[in-house]
Amino acid sequence: MSEKSMTIIATKGTLDWAYPPFILSSTAAALGYNVTMFFTFYGLQLLKKDLNLSVSPLGNPGMPMKMPFGPSWFKGINWNIPNLLQAGVPGFETVATSLMKKTIKNKGVASISELRDLCLEADVEMIGCQMTMDLFDMKRPELIDDISVGGAATYMERAGESDINLFI
Amino acid sequence: MSESDQELDARGLNCPLPILRAKKTLNGMAAGQTLKIIATDPGSVKDFQAFATQTGNELMDSSEANGEFHFLLKKGG
Repeated sequence: MSEKSMTIIATKGTLDWAYPPFILSSTAAALGYNVTMFFTFYGLQLLKKDLNLSVSPLGNPGMPMKMPFGPSWFKGINWNIPNLLQAGVPGFETVATSLMKKTIKNKGVASISELRDLCLEADVEMIGCQMTMDLFDMKRPELIDDISVGGAATYMERAGESDINLFI
Repeated sequence: MSESDQELDARGLNCPLPILRAKKTLNGMAAGQTLKIIATDPGSVKDFQAFATQTGNELMDSSEANGEFHFLLKKGG
């Protein structure tokens, strides 16, 4: 098999959007791809040692609001919660996040830290964006050890010789 | 159940975990050995076909029984 390669630019730092880059990277690595992930802007959150990701249903009409417990008829209800309420009730996002985490567990979906570990185990190269670190005043010790820090030129060097390049 | 060299229970796991676990198990096996995988994720049917095509491991059997999916992979050389 000839060596194929893929790069992904991860730009989002929410619990839901953390999935596509890590799922694709871990799977590509399992299929024999050389994978490079470049984390920029909010995506840099995904490299923190202390992963504390949230999901917000506010302004996200595509997100089903279902309860992860109770009888199946109850779990099936899609709660239509008005934006005004979502924005106004303190802790709404925290509750939504913990419900999502419960659903993730119930459905046998891996946690983000598990997927990230699997990527690292499979030698996926992870690069944190230096400019974003400066911009948001993030310190290197906040991020996991097994990464390097670089810039756009570093990314382009990988992307230029890669078969697949994705922006997520 | 004993017609394979190794067995992997991937029941209850969702995409992409069955594939990742299978890959990991195959890494520790010799070429020509067979791995049986039991999964409950319906998406794994197509995924194991794609996995086999792309990795050079042969998918010798793929079947369903009682909501469980059984796969038999032969590790490529």
